[in-house]
Amino acid sequence: MREFDAIVIGAGMSGLAAAIRLGMYEKKVCLLEKHTITGGLNSYYSRGKRRLDVGLHALTNYMEKGERGKPLAKLLKQLRLPYDSLELSPQKQSRILFPEKELVFTNDIEFLTEEIAKNFPTQVDGFLKLLTKVREFDEVNLDNEFLPAKDVVRHFIQDEMLLEMIFCPLLIYGSALEDDMDFSQFVIMFKSLYLEGFGRPEGGVRRILNLLEGKLKELGVEIEFKKSVTEILTQNNIVTGVKLESGEVIHAPLVFSSMGLPETLNKVFPAIHHQTPIGRMSFTETLYFFSQKPADMGLNDTIIFANQAPQYAYRRPDSLFQKESAVICLPNNFTHDDQSEGVIRLTHIANYDAWKALEKTEYKAQKENLHNYDFDYLNQLIQRLAPAKNAVQKTDLAFKDLFTPTTVERYTWHLGGCVYGSPEKTRRGLTPIKNLIIIGTDQGFLGIVGAMLSGISMANLYGLQGETV
Amino acid sequence: MQPTEVRQIVLDIIADIALDDDVTKIDDSIALRDQLDLDSMDFLDIVMELKKQHKVEVPQEDYPKLATMESCVTYLTPKFQALQ
Ligand SMILES: Cc1cc2nc3c(=O)[nH]c(=O)nc-3n(C[C@H](O)[C@H](O)[C@H](O)COP(=O)(O)OP(=O)(O)OC[C@H]3O[C@@H](n4cnc5c(N)ncnc54)[C@H](O)[C@@H]3O)c2cc1C
Repeated sequence: MREFDAIVIGAGMSGLAAAIRLGMYEKKVCLLEKHTITGGLNSYYSRGKRRLDVGLHALTNYMEKGERGKPLAKLLKQLRLPYDSLELSPQKQSRILFPEKELVFTNDIEFLTEEIAKNFPTQVDGFLKLLTKVREFDEVNLDNEFLPAKDVVRHFIQDEMLLEMIFCPLLIYGSALEDDMDFSQFVIMFKSLYLEGFGRPEGGVRRILNLLEGKLKELGVEIEFKKSVTEILTQNNIVTGVKLESGEVIHAPLVFSSMGLPETLNKVFPAIHHQTPIGRMSFTETLYFFSQKPADMGLNDTIIFANQAPQYAYRRPDSLFQKESAVICLPNNFTHDDQSEGVIRLTHIANYDAWKALEKTEYKAQKENLHNYDFDYLNQLIQRLAPAKNAVQKTDLAFKDLFTPTTVERYTWHLGGCVYGSPEKTRRGLTPIKNLIIIGTDQGFLGIVGAMLSGISMANLYGLQGETV
Repeated sequence: MQPTEVRQIVLDIIADIALDDDVTKIDDSIALRDQLDLDSMDFLDIVMELKKQHKVEVPQEDYPKLATMESCVTYLTPKFQALQ
Protein backbone atom coordinates (compact mmCIF):
# COMPACT_ATOMS: atom_id res chain seq x y z
CA MET A 1 0.00 0.00 0.00
CA ARG A 2 1.29 3.42 -0.97
CA GLU A 3 1.63 6.15 1.65
CA PHE A 4 2.04 9.87 1.13
CA ASP A 5 2.17 13.08 3.15
CA ALA A 6 -0.73 14.43 1.13
CA ILE A 7 -3.11 13.43 -1.65
CA VAL A 8 -4.43 15.97 -4.14
CA ILE A 9 -7.57 14.98 -6.04
CA GLY A 10 -7.83 16.56 -9.49
CA ALA A 11 -5.23 18.02 -11.84
CA GLY A 12 -7.20 21.14 -12.75
CA MET A 13 -5.83 24.59 -11.98
CA SER A 14 -6.23 24.34 -8.21
CA GLY A 15 -4.92 20.78 -7.88
CA LEU A 16 -1.86 21.42 -10.04
CA ALA A 17 -0.99 24.55 -8.06
CA ALA A 18 -1.50 22.83 -4.70
CA ALA A 19 0.67 19.87 -5.73
CA ILE A 20 3.44 22.21 -6.87
CA ARG A 21 3.49 24.02 -3.53
CA LEU A 22 3.54 20.79 -1.56
CA GLY A 23 6.21 19.30 -3.81
CA MET A 24 8.39 22.41 -3.48
CA TYR A 25 8.77 21.81 0.22
CA GLU A 26 9.49 18.14 0.05
CA LYS A 27 6.10 16.80 0.91
CA LYS A 28 5.52 13.41 -0.61
CA VAL A 29 2.46 14.20 -2.70
CA CYS A 30 0.17 12.01 -4.76
CA LEU A 31 -1.74 13.84 -7.53
CA LEU A 32 -4.70 11.88 -8.87
CA GLU A 33 -6.64 12.79 -12.02
CA LYS A 34 -9.57 10.86 -13.45
CA HIS A 35 -9.17 12.28 -16.98
CA THR A 36 -6.32 11.52 -19.40
CA ILE A 37 -5.10 15.12 -19.45
CA THR A 38 -4.82 18.09 -17.08
CA GLY A 39 -6.92 21.24 -16.93
CA GLY A 40 -10.33 20.14 -15.63
CA LEU A 41 -12.81 22.90 -16.45
CA ASN A 42 -10.09 24.71 -18.33
CA SER A 43 -8.68 21.97 -20.46
CA TYR A 44 -8.18 21.53 -24.19
CA TYR A 45 -8.91 19.11 -26.99
CA SER A 46 -8.18 18.53 -30.65
CA ARG A 47 -10.42 18.15 -33.65
CA GLY A 48 -8.43 17.21 -36.71
CA LYS A 49 -5.46 19.54 -36.76
CA ARG A 50 -7.28 22.23 -34.80
CA ARG A 51 -6.46 22.77 -31.16
CA LEU A 52 -9.36 23.98 -29.08
CA ASP A 53 -9.52 25.32 -25.55
CA VAL A 54 -12.48 24.19 -23.45
CA GLY A 55 -12.66 27.24 -21.32
CA LEU A 56 -10.21 29.98 -21.97
CA HIS A 57 -11.95 33.18 -22.97
CA ALA A 58 -9.39 35.28 -21.21
CA LEU A 59 -7.05 35.20 -18.31
CA THR A 60 -8.39 37.69 -15.79
CA ASN A 61 -6.20 39.77 -13.43
CA TYR A 62 -4.06 41.20 -16.23
CA MET A 63 -0.90 42.97 -15.14
CA GLU A 64 2.13 44.45 -16.82
CA LYS A 65 5.53 43.08 -15.96
CA GLY A 66 6.85 44.50 -12.71
CA GLU A 67 3.51 45.65 -11.29
CA ARG A 68 3.51 44.98 -7.57
CA GLY A 69 1.09 43.34 -5.20
CA LYS A 70 -1.19 42.00 -7.94
CA PRO A 71 -2.86 38.58 -7.53
CA LEU A 72 -1.22 37.31 -10.72
CA ALA A 73 2.19 38.41 -9.46
CA LYS A 74 1.59 36.58 -6.17
CA LEU A 75 0.63 33.45 -8.04
CA LEU A 76 3.66 33.54 -10.33
CA LYS A 77 6.05 34.06 -7.42
CA GLN A 78 4.52 31.28 -5.38
CA LEU A 79 4.92 28.89 -8.31
CA ARG A 80 8.33 30.34 -9.29
CA LEU A 81 7.21 31.19 -12.79
CA PRO A 82 8.66 34.25 -14.50
CA TYR A 83 6.11 36.74 -15.85
CA ASP A 84 7.48 36.38 -19.36
CA SER A 85 6.78 32.67 -19.42
CA LEU A 86 3.06 33.44 -19.84
CA GLU A 87 3.65 35.57 -22.95
CA LEU A 88 0.59 37.50 -21.96
CA SER A 89 -1.06 39.84 -24.39
CA PRO A 90 -3.65 42.35 -23.15
CA GLN A 91 -7.17 42.73 -24.52
CA LYS A 92 -8.05 45.52 -26.90
CA GLN A 93 -11.43 46.43 -25.46
CA SER A 94 -14.58 44.68 -24.32
CA ARG A 95 -18.19 45.73 -24.54
CA ILE A 96 -21.30 45.41 -22.43
CA LEU A 97 -24.15 45.58 -24.91
CA PHE A 98 -27.70 46.15 -23.66
CA PRO A 99 -30.78 47.05 -25.73
CA GLU A 100 -30.36 50.81 -25.58
CA LYS A 101 -27.03 51.34 -23.94
CA GLU A 102 -23.52 50.09 -24.25
CA LEU A 103 -20.36 50.47 -22.23
CA VAL A 104 -16.85 49.76 -23.42
CA PHE A 105 -14.12 48.84 -20.98
CA THR A 106 -10.39 48.23 -21.29
CA ASN A 107 -7.68 47.22 -18.84
CA ASP A 108 -7.63 50.84 -17.67
CA ILE A 109 -10.51 51.69 -15.33
CA GLU A 110 -10.39 55.35 -16.40
CA PHE A 111 -11.87 54.28 -19.71
CA LEU A 112 -14.93 52.67 -18.13
CA THR A 113 -15.35 55.63 -15.78
CA GLU A 114 -15.49 57.96 -18.78
CA GLU A 115 -17.94 55.68 -20.54
CA ILE A 116 -20.21 55.83 -17.49
CA ALA A 117 -19.86 59.60 -17.30
CA LYS A 118 -20.90 59.79 -20.95
CA ASN A 119 -23.79 57.32 -20.83
CA PHE A 120 -25.03 57.74 -17.26
CA PRO A 121 -23.93 61.26 -16.26
CA THR A 122 -25.89 61.28 -13.00
CA GLN A 123 -24.26 58.05 -11.85
CA VAL A 124 -20.58 58.72 -12.22
CA ASP A 125 -20.06 60.18 -8.74
CA GLY A 126 -21.64 57.09 -7.24
CA PHE A 127 -19.45 54.92 -9.43
CA LEU A 128 -16.32 56.67 -8.21
CA LYS A 129 -17.41 56.10 -4.62
CA LEU A 130 -18.05 52.45 -5.46
CA LEU A 131 -14.49 52.26 -6.81
CA THR A 132 -13.13 53.52 -3.50
CA LYS A 133 -15.25 51.02 -1.59
CA VAL A 134 -14.03 48.19 -3.83
CA ARG A 135 -10.38 49.21 -3.58
CA GLU A 136 -10.50 49.36 0.21
CA PHE A 137 -12.39 46.11 0.73
CA ASP A 138 -10.47 43.04 1.95
CA GLU A 139 -12.19 40.55 -0.33
CA VAL A 140 -9.90 37.61 0.33
CA ASN A 141 -10.35 37.58 4.08
CA LEU A 142 -11.40 34.01 4.83
CA ASP A 143 -13.74 35.18 7.59
CA ASN A 144 -15.92 37.50 5.49
CA GLU A 145 -19.64 36.96 6.01
CA PHE A 146 -22.05 36.56 3.10
CA LEU A 147 -23.45 39.89 1.93
CA PRO A 148 -25.77 40.22 -1.11
CA ALA A 149 -23.79 42.39 -3.52
CA LYS A 150 -26.66 44.14 -5.31
CA ASP A 151 -27.89 45.62 -2.02
CA VAL A 152 -24.45 47.06 -1.34
CA VAL A 153 -23.96 48.38 -4.86
CA ARG A 154 -27.44 50.04 -4.88
CA HIS A 155 -26.10 52.45 -2.26
CA PHE A 156 -23.78 53.78 -4.94
CA ILE A 157 -25.63 53.16 -8.20
CA GLN A 158 -29.29 54.17 -8.42
CA ASP A 159 -29.82 53.51 -12.13
CA GLU A 160 -30.94 49.89 -12.37
CA MET A 161 -29.84 49.56 -15.99
CA LEU A 162 -26.31 50.61 -15.12
CA LEU A 163 -26.34 48.29 -12.13
CA GLU A 164 -27.35 45.39 -14.37
CA MET A 165 -24.68 46.31 -16.89
CA ILE A 166 -21.94 46.44 -14.26
CA PHE A 167 -23.03 43.10 -12.81
CA CYS A 168 -23.42 41.27 -16.13
CA PRO A 169 -19.77 40.34 -16.83
CA LEU A 170 -19.07 39.77 -13.12
CA LEU A 171 -21.94 37.33 -12.72
CA ILE A 172 -21.33 35.28 -15.83
CA TYR A 173 -17.59 35.06 -15.22
CA GLY A 174 -17.89 33.89 -11.67
CA SER A 175 -21.12 33.57 -9.74
CA ALA A 176 -22.39 30.28 -8.41
CA LEU A 177 -25.50 32.10 -7.20
CA GLU A 178 -28.34 33.08 -9.47
CA ASP A 179 -29.19 36.78 -10.00
CA ASP A 180 -26.81 38.07 -7.36
CA MET A 181 -23.47 37.33 -5.80
CA ASP A 182 -21.68 37.55 -2.51
CA PHE A 183 -20.16 41.01 -2.04
CA SER A 184 -16.67 39.54 -1.48
CA GLN A 185 -17.00 37.65 -4.74
CA PHE A 186 -18.27 40.85 -6.39
CA VAL A 187 -15.11 42.65 -5.29
CA ILE A 188 -12.86 39.80 -6.42
CA MET A 189 -14.52 39.80 -9.83
CA PHE A 190 -14.63 43.61 -10.07
CA LYS A 191 -10.91 43.84 -9.43
CA SER A 192 -10.03 40.96 -11.74
CA LEU A 193 -12.16 42.19 -14.66
CA TYR A 194 -12.43 45.97 -14.40
CA LEU A 195 -9.41 47.08 -12.38
CA GLU A 196 -6.94 44.54 -13.76
CA GLY A 197 -8.56 43.21 -16.91
CA PHE A 198 -8.16 40.56 -19.57
CA GLY A 199 -5.11 39.00 -21.17
CA ARG A 200 -4.36 35.95 -23.25
CA PRO A 201 -1.35 33.72 -22.84
CA GLU A 202 0.19 32.93 -26.22
CA GLY A 203 -1.19 29.58 -27.33
CA GLY A 204 -4.10 29.65 -24.90
CA VAL A 205 -4.59 27.42 -21.91
CA ARG A 206 -2.00 24.88 -23.04
CA ARG A 207 0.71 27.40 -22.21
CA ILE A 208 -0.44 27.61 -18.60
CA LEU A 209 -0.87 23.86 -18.26
CA ASN A 210 2.54 23.18 -19.83
CA LEU A 211 4.17 25.53 -17.33
CA LEU A 212 2.46 23.83 -14.40
CA GLU A 213 3.23 20.33 -15.67
CA GLY A 214 6.84 21.38 -16.25
CA LYS A 215 7.14 22.53 -12.63
CA LEU A 216 5.75 19.25 -11.33
CA LYS A 217 8.22 17.33 -13.45
CA GLU A 218 11.09 19.43 -12.08
CA LEU A 219 9.91 18.61 -8.58
CA GLY A 220 9.53 14.92 -9.32
CA VAL A 221 5.79 14.88 -8.71
CA GLU A 222 4.01 12.52 -11.06
CA ILE A 223 0.50 13.27 -12.30
CA GLU A 224 -1.34 9.97 -12.11
CA PHE A 225 -3.89 9.98 -14.93
CA LYS A 226 -6.94 7.74 -15.24
CA LYS A 227 -7.01 7.42 -11.47
CA SER A 228 -10.56 7.92 -10.35
CA VAL A 229 -11.18 8.40 -6.64
CA THR A 230 -14.30 6.50 -5.66
CA GLU A 231 -14.08 6.75 -1.88
CA ILE A 232 -12.49 9.14 0.56
CA LEU A 233 -11.59 6.99 3.53
CA THR A 234 -12.08 8.18 7.08
CA GLN A 235 -11.82 6.92 10.60
CA ASN A 236 -13.69 8.72 13.40
CA ASN A 237 -14.29 11.61 11.01
CA ILE A 238 -10.60 11.99 10.25
CA VAL A 239 -9.37 11.42 6.72
CA THR A 240 -7.01 8.48 6.19
CA GLY A 241 -6.70 8.22 2.42
CA VAL A 242 -8.60 7.36 -0.74
CA LYS A 243 -9.78 4.36 -2.65
CA LEU A 244 -9.55 4.28 -6.44
CA GLU A 245 -11.86 2.72 -8.99
CA SER A 246 -9.18 0.07 -9.54
CA GLY A 247 -9.56 -0.94 -5.91
CA GLU A 248 -6.18 0.49 -4.91
CA VAL A 249 -6.07 2.16 -1.51
CA ILE A 250 -3.68 5.07 -0.99
CA HIS A 251 -3.01 6.45 2.48
CA ALA A 252 -2.26 10.00 3.57
CA PRO A 253 -3.09 12.05 6.66
CA LEU A 254 -4.13 15.02 4.51
CA VAL A 255 -6.36 15.11 1.42
CA PHE A 256 -7.02 18.14 -0.79
CA SER A 257 -10.00 17.78 -3.11
CA SER A 258 -10.81 19.94 -6.14
CA MET A 259 -13.77 17.83 -7.25
CA GLY A 260 -16.29 20.26 -5.73
CA LEU A 261 -17.88 20.30 -2.28
CA PRO A 262 -20.95 18.07 -2.86
CA GLU A 263 -18.92 15.80 -5.17
CA THR A 264 -16.31 15.37 -2.43
CA LEU A 265 -18.75 14.83 0.44
CA ASN A 266 -20.64 12.22 -1.62
CA LYS A 267 -17.48 10.13 -1.72
CA VAL A 268 -16.75 10.15 1.99
CA PHE A 269 -16.72 6.63 3.43
CA PRO A 270 -18.36 5.74 5.77
CA ALA A 271 -21.00 8.02 4.23
CA ILE A 272 -21.91 11.24 6.00
CA HIS A 273 -25.17 13.12 5.86
CA HIS A 274 -24.95 16.46 4.11
CA GLN A 275 -27.22 18.80 2.22
CA THR A 276 -24.75 20.73 0.15
CA PRO A 277 -26.63 22.12 -2.85
CA ILE A 278 -25.41 21.46 -6.39
CA GLY A 279 -24.81 24.59 -8.44
CA ARG A 280 -27.37 25.48 -11.10
CA MET A 281 -25.22 27.50 -13.45
CA SER A 282 -23.97 25.82 -16.57
CA PHE A 283 -23.38 26.91 -20.13
CA THR A 284 -23.42 26.00 -23.78
CA GLU A 285 -20.53 27.04 -25.92
CA THR A 286 -20.40 27.33 -29.70
CA LEU A 287 -16.97 27.60 -31.32
CA TYR A 288 -16.70 28.90 -34.87
CA PHE A 289 -13.61 28.88 -37.05
CA PHE A 290 -13.62 31.18 -40.07
CA SER A 291 -11.05 31.83 -42.75
CA GLN A 292 -11.64 35.56 -42.21
CA LYS A 293 -10.83 37.30 -38.94
CA PRO A 294 -13.47 38.94 -36.70
CA ALA A 295 -11.96 42.33 -37.56
CA ASP A 296 -12.84 41.65 -41.22
CA MET A 297 -16.44 41.24 -40.08
CA GLY A 298 -16.31 44.54 -38.25
CA LEU A 299 -15.91 43.00 -34.80
CA ASN A 300 -13.02 44.63 -32.98
CA ASP A 301 -13.87 43.88 -29.36
CA THR A 302 -12.17 41.16 -27.35
CA ILE A 303 -15.22 40.06 -25.41
CA ILE A 304 -18.82 41.18 -25.84
CA PHE A 305 -21.33 40.72 -23.04
CA ALA A 306 -24.58 40.95 -24.95
CA ASN A 307 -28.05 41.10 -23.51
CA GLN A 308 -31.20 41.79 -25.50
CA ALA A 309 -33.53 42.31 -22.52
CA PRO A 310 -33.62 45.35 -20.23
CA GLN A 311 -32.83 43.15 -17.26
CA TYR A 312 -30.00 40.65 -17.16
CA ALA A 313 -31.38 37.25 -16.19
CA TYR A 314 -28.41 35.46 -14.69
CA ARG A 315 -30.24 32.31 -13.77
CA ARG A 316 -30.96 28.87 -15.11
CA PRO A 317 -33.47 29.22 -17.94
CA ASP A 318 -36.51 26.95 -18.34
CA SER A 319 -35.50 26.29 -21.92
CA LEU A 320 -32.31 24.55 -23.07
CA PHE A 321 -30.39 27.81 -23.20
CA GLN A 322 -31.11 31.43 -22.51
CA LYS A 323 -31.70 33.20 -25.79
CA GLU A 324 -31.50 36.84 -24.76
CA SER A 325 -27.97 36.95 -23.46
CA ALA A 326 -24.64 35.63 -24.65
CA VAL A 327 -20.96 36.16 -24.16
CA ILE A 328 -19.09 36.44 -27.42
CA CYS A 329 -15.37 35.92 -27.14
CA LEU A 330 -13.04 36.86 -29.98
CA PRO A 331 -9.62 35.47 -29.10
CA ASN A 332 -8.02 37.04 -32.18
CA ASN A 333 -8.72 40.46 -30.70
CA PHE A 334 -6.02 40.53 -28.10
CA THR A 335 -3.15 42.88 -28.84
CA HIS A 336 -1.22 39.98 -30.29
CA ASP A 337 -3.23 37.63 -32.53
CA ASP A 338 -1.78 34.14 -32.13
CA GLN A 339 -4.22 32.28 -34.36
CA SER A 340 -4.24 31.71 -38.10
CA GLU A 341 -8.03 31.43 -38.39
CA GLY A 342 -10.77 33.69 -37.12
CA VAL A 343 -12.22 32.22 -33.94
CA ILE A 344 -15.56 33.18 -32.42
CA ARG A 345 -16.96 31.62 -29.26
CA LEU A 346 -20.54 32.15 -28.12
CA THR A 347 -21.64 31.19 -24.63
CA HIS A 348 -25.18 31.00 -23.27
CA ILE A 349 -26.48 30.24 -19.80
CA ALA A 350 -27.99 26.77 -20.06
CA ASN A 351 -30.22 24.30 -18.28
CA TYR A 352 -28.42 21.05 -17.46
CA ASP A 353 -31.59 19.07 -16.70
CA ALA A 354 -33.15 20.04 -20.02
CA TRP A 355 -30.08 18.89 -21.99
CA LYS A 356 -29.73 15.76 -19.88
CA ALA A 357 -33.35 14.75 -20.62
CA LEU A 358 -32.80 14.65 -24.38
CA GLU A 359 -32.21 11.35 -26.05
CA LYS A 360 -29.42 11.01 -28.55
CA THR A 361 -31.06 12.06 -31.82
CA GLU A 362 -32.95 14.87 -30.13
CA TYR A 363 -29.74 16.05 -28.44
CA LYS A 364 -28.04 16.22 -31.83
CA ALA A 365 -30.96 18.12 -33.34
CA GLN A 366 -30.94 20.60 -30.48
CA LYS A 367 -27.24 21.22 -30.92
CA GLU A 368 -27.95 21.99 -34.56
CA ASN A 369 -30.69 24.41 -33.43
CA LEU A 370 -28.24 26.09 -31.11
CA HIS A 371 -25.78 26.46 -33.96
CA ASN A 372 -28.44 28.03 -36.18
CA TYR A 373 -29.49 30.35 -33.38
CA ASP A 374 -25.92 31.38 -32.66
CA PHE A 375 -25.13 32.00 -36.29
CA ASP A 376 -28.06 34.41 -36.48
CA TYR A 377 -27.03 35.94 -33.16
CA LEU A 378 -23.60 36.59 -34.61
CA ASN A 379 -25.05 38.27 -37.68
CA GLN A 380 -27.34 40.43 -35.54
CA LEU A 381 -24.29 41.48 -33.62
CA ILE A 382 -22.43 42.37 -36.79
CA GLN A 383 -25.44 44.33 -37.96
CA ARG A 384 -25.57 46.32 -34.73
CA LEU A 385 -21.86 46.96 -34.32
CA ALA A 386 -20.80 47.23 -37.96
CA PRO A 387 -23.90 47.97 -40.08
CA ALA A 388 -21.77 48.63 -43.15
CA LYS A 389 -20.39 45.08 -43.15
CA ASN A 390 -21.96 42.12 -44.88
CA ALA A 391 -23.48 39.25 -42.95
CA VAL A 392 -21.31 36.14 -42.64
CA GLN A 393 -22.48 33.01 -44.41
CA LYS A 394 -22.52 29.45 -43.15
CA THR A 395 -20.38 28.59 -46.15
CA ASP A 396 -17.67 30.84 -44.67
CA LEU A 397 -17.35 28.44 -41.74
CA ALA A 398 -14.21 26.31 -41.84
CA PHE A 399 -15.16 24.37 -38.76
CA LYS A 400 -17.53 24.43 -35.80
CA ASP A 401 -17.92 22.63 -32.52
CA LEU A 402 -20.48 22.94 -29.74
CA PHE A 403 -20.63 21.76 -26.19
CA THR A 404 -23.40 21.68 -23.61
CA PRO A 405 -23.79 21.22 -19.83
CA THR A 406 -23.75 17.45 -20.29
CA THR A 407 -20.39 17.70 -22.07
CA VAL A 408 -19.02 19.63 -19.10
CA GLU A 409 -20.26 16.92 -16.77
CA ARG A 410 -18.86 14.12 -18.94
CA TYR A 411 -15.32 15.48 -18.89
CA THR A 412 -15.07 17.10 -15.47
CA TRP A 413 -17.50 15.07 -13.33
CA HIS A 414 -19.02 18.20 -11.86
CA LEU A 415 -22.57 17.33 -10.83
CA GLY A 416 -25.13 19.10 -12.97
CA GLY A 417 -22.38 20.16 -15.36
CA CYS A 418 -22.03 23.13 -13.09
CA VAL A 419 -19.14 25.43 -13.81
CA TYR A 420 -18.98 27.72 -10.78
CA GLY A 421 -19.59 25.04 -8.19
CA SER A 422 -22.02 24.91 -5.32
CA PRO A 423 -23.65 28.13 -4.10
CA GLU A 424 -22.33 27.05 -0.71
CA LYS A 425 -18.61 27.77 -0.40
CA THR A 426 -16.25 26.71 2.35
CA ARG A 427 -13.95 29.68 2.58
CA ARG A 428 -11.54 28.08 5.02
CA GLY A 429 -11.53 24.91 2.92
CA LEU A 430 -12.92 22.90 5.82
CA THR A 431 -15.32 19.96 5.65
CA PRO A 432 -17.02 17.89 8.38
CA ILE A 433 -14.03 15.53 7.99
CA LYS A 434 -10.82 16.55 9.69
CA ASN A 435 -7.90 17.06 7.27
CA LEU A 436 -10.13 16.78 4.21
CA ILE A 437 -9.65 20.16 2.56
CA ILE A 438 -11.59 21.69 -0.34
CA ILE A 439 -9.55 23.59 -2.92
CA GLY A 440 -10.55 25.49 -6.05
CA THR A 441 -14.04 26.50 -7.05
CA ASP A 442 -15.88 25.47 -3.90
CA GLN A 443 -13.38 27.05 -1.57
CA GLY A 444 -14.78 30.17 -3.18
CA PHE A 445 -11.99 31.17 -5.54
CA LEU A 446 -12.63 30.40 -9.17
CA GLY A 447 -11.53 31.24 -12.65
CA ILE A 448 -8.05 30.22 -13.74
CA VAL A 449 -6.23 32.67 -11.48
CA GLY A 450 -8.63 32.23 -8.55
CA ALA A 451 -8.47 28.43 -8.63
CA MET A 452 -4.66 28.44 -8.68
CA LEU A 453 -4.50 30.93 -5.81
CA SER A 454 -6.90 28.71 -3.89
CA GLY A 455 -4.70 25.64 -4.39
CA ILE A 456 -1.65 27.63 -3.32
CA SER A 457 -3.17 29.18 -0.22
CA MET A 458 -4.81 25.99 1.04
CA ALA A 459 -1.60 23.98 0.47
CA ASN A 460 0.34 26.66 2.34
CA LEU A 461 -2.10 26.83 5.23
CA TYR A 462 -2.77 23.16 5.85
CA GLY A 463 0.13 21.42 4.13
CA LEU A 464 3.11 23.64 4.87
CA GLN A 465 2.25 25.81 7.84
CA GLY A 466 0.56 22.85 9.44
CA GLU A 467 -2.55 24.73 10.53
CA THR A 468 -4.46 22.11 12.46
CA VAL A 469 -8.10 21.64 11.70
CA MET B 1 30.68 31.10 7.59
CA GLN B 2 31.21 34.80 6.88
CA PRO B 3 28.49 37.47 6.76
CA THR B 4 29.19 38.01 3.04
CA GLU B 5 28.46 34.36 2.35
CA VAL B 6 25.26 34.54 4.37
CA ARG B 7 24.26 37.62 2.40
CA GLN B 8 24.80 35.71 -0.84
CA ILE B 9 22.67 32.81 0.38
CA VAL B 10 19.80 35.12 1.29
CA LEU B 11 20.18 36.98 -1.97
CA ASP B 12 20.01 33.75 -3.97
CA ILE B 13 16.85 32.73 -2.17
CA ILE B 14 15.21 36.09 -2.77
CA ALA B 15 16.26 36.08 -6.42
CA ASP B 16 14.62 32.71 -6.79
CA ILE B 17 11.33 33.94 -5.33
CA ALA B 18 11.14 37.47 -6.74
CA LEU B 19 12.01 36.19 -10.21
CA ASP B 20 11.10 39.40 -11.97
CA ASP B 21 12.82 41.79 -9.57
CA ASP B 22 16.35 43.09 -9.93
CA VAL B 23 18.06 41.95 -6.73
CA THR B 24 21.46 43.36 -7.63
CA LYS B 25 20.37 46.82 -6.52
CA ILE B 26 19.19 45.94 -3.03
CA ASP B 27 20.01 48.56 -0.40
CA ASP B 28 20.92 46.53 2.68
CA SER B 29 19.56 49.05 5.14
CA ILE B 30 16.12 49.54 3.61
CA ALA B 31 13.20 47.15 4.24
CA LEU B 32 13.17 44.43 1.58
CA ARG B 33 9.40 44.84 1.28
CA ASP B 34 9.86 48.44 0.16
CA GLN B 35 12.32 47.58 -2.59
CA LEU B 36 10.97 44.33 -3.94
CA ASP B 37 7.57 42.82 -4.58
CA LEU B 38 7.63 40.66 -1.45
CA ASP B 39 4.61 39.99 0.74
CA SER B 40 4.06 37.87 3.83
CA MET B 41 3.63 34.74 1.71
CA ASP B 42 7.05 35.37 0.20
CA PHE B 43 8.70 35.88 3.60
CA LEU B 44 7.31 32.51 4.64
CA ASP B 45 8.94 31.09 1.54
CA ILE B 46 12.28 32.64 2.50
CA VAL B 47 11.97 30.94 5.89
CA MET B 48 11.03 27.63 4.30
CA GLU B 49 13.88 27.84 1.79
CA LEU B 50 16.37 28.50 4.60
CA LYS B 51 15.16 25.37 6.30
CA LYS B 52 15.02 23.26 3.15
CA GLN B 53 18.36 24.32 1.68
CA HIS B 54 20.42 24.97 4.81
CA LYS B 55 18.59 23.44 7.78
CA VAL B 56 18.42 26.87 9.39
CA GLU B 57 15.22 27.37 11.37
CA VAL B 58 13.59 30.73 11.96
CA PRO B 59 10.85 30.68 14.61
CA GLN B 60 7.79 32.79 13.90
CA GLU B 61 8.56 35.39 16.58
CA ASP B 62 11.83 36.15 14.77
CA TYR B 63 10.29 36.91 11.37
CA PRO B 64 10.65 40.69 11.92
CA LYS B 65 14.43 40.13 12.00
CA LEU B 66 14.29 39.37 8.28
CA ALA B 67 13.05 42.86 7.44
CA THR B 68 16.21 44.24 5.82
CA MET B 69 19.17 42.51 4.23
CA GLU B 70 21.35 43.92 7.01
CA SER B 71 19.11 42.50 9.74
CA CYS B 72 18.92 39.16 7.89
CA VAL B 73 22.69 38.87 7.86
CA THR B 74 23.07 39.94 11.51
CA TYR B 75 20.41 37.50 12.62
CA LEU B 76 21.32 34.55 10.41
CA THR B 77 25.13 34.57 10.54
CA PRO B 78 25.35 33.08 14.07
CA LYS B 79 22.75 30.51 13.07
CA PHE B 80 24.80 29.43 10.07
CA GLN B 81 27.98 29.41 12.17
CA ALA B 82 26.31 27.25 14.80
CA LEU B 83 25.68 24.62 12.12
CA GLN B 84 29.35 24.12 11.32
C1 LIG C 1 -16.65 27.03 -20.86
C2 LIG C 1 -15.84 27.63 -19.76
C3 LIG C 1 -15.20 28.85 -19.95
C4 LIG C 1 -14.42 29.40 -18.94
N1 LIG C 1 -13.74 30.55 -19.21
C5 LIG C 1 -12.88 31.04 -18.29
C6 LIG C 1 -12.07 32.15 -18.60
O1 LIG C 1 -12.12 32.69 -19.70
N2 LIG C 1 -11.23 32.63 -17.65
C7 LIG C 1 -11.13 32.05 -16.43
O2 LIG C 1 -10.33 32.51 -15.61
N3 LIG C 1 -11.89 30.98 -16.10
C8 LIG C 1 -12.75 30.46 -17.01
N4 LIG C 1 -13.52 29.37 -16.70
C9 LIG C 1 -13.55 28.90 -15.29
C10 LIG C 1 -12.33 28.09 -14.92
O3 LIG C 1 -12.08 27.16 -15.93
C11 LIG C 1 -12.56 27.35 -13.60
O4 LIG C 1 -13.05 28.24 -12.62
C12 LIG C 1 -11.29 26.68 -13.05
O5 LIG C 1 -10.63 26.00 -14.08
C13 LIG C 1 -11.66 25.74 -11.91
O6 LIG C 1 -10.56 24.98 -11.50
P1 LIG C 1 -10.66 23.95 -10.29
O7 LIG C 1 -9.31 23.44 -10.04
O8 LIG C 1 -11.38 24.58 -9.16
O9 LIG C 1 -11.64 22.78 -10.75
P2 LIG C 1 -11.57 21.72 -11.98
O10 LIG C 1 -10.93 22.33 -13.15
O11 LIG C 1 -12.94 21.22 -12.15
O12 LIG C 1 -10.64 20.57 -11.44
C14 LIG C 1 -11.14 19.41 -10.86
C15 LIG C 1 -10.38 18.22 -11.39
O13 LIG C 1 -10.74 17.05 -10.64
C16 LIG C 1 -10.85 15.96 -11.52
N5 LIG C 1 -11.73 14.96 -10.91
C17 LIG C 1 -13.06 15.02 -10.72
N6 LIG C 1 -13.52 13.93 -10.11
C18 LIG C 1 -12.44 13.14 -9.86
C19 LIG C 1 -12.25 11.87 -9.23
N7 LIG C 1 -13.27 11.19 -8.72
N8 LIG C 1 -10.98 11.37 -9.13
C20 LIG C 1 -9.93 12.06 -9.64
N9 LIG C 1 -10.05 13.24 -10.25
C21 LIG C 1 -11.29 13.79 -10.36
C22 LIG C 1 -11.43 16.57 -12.79
O14 LIG C 1 -11.19 15.74 -13.90
C23 LIG C 1 -10.69 17.89 -12.85
O15 LIG C 1 -9.49 17.79 -13.57
C24 LIG C 1 -14.29 28.76 -17.70
C25 LIG C 1 -14.93 27.53 -17.50
C26 LIG C 1 -15.67 26.95 -18.53
C27 LIG C 1 -16.29 25.61 -18.31
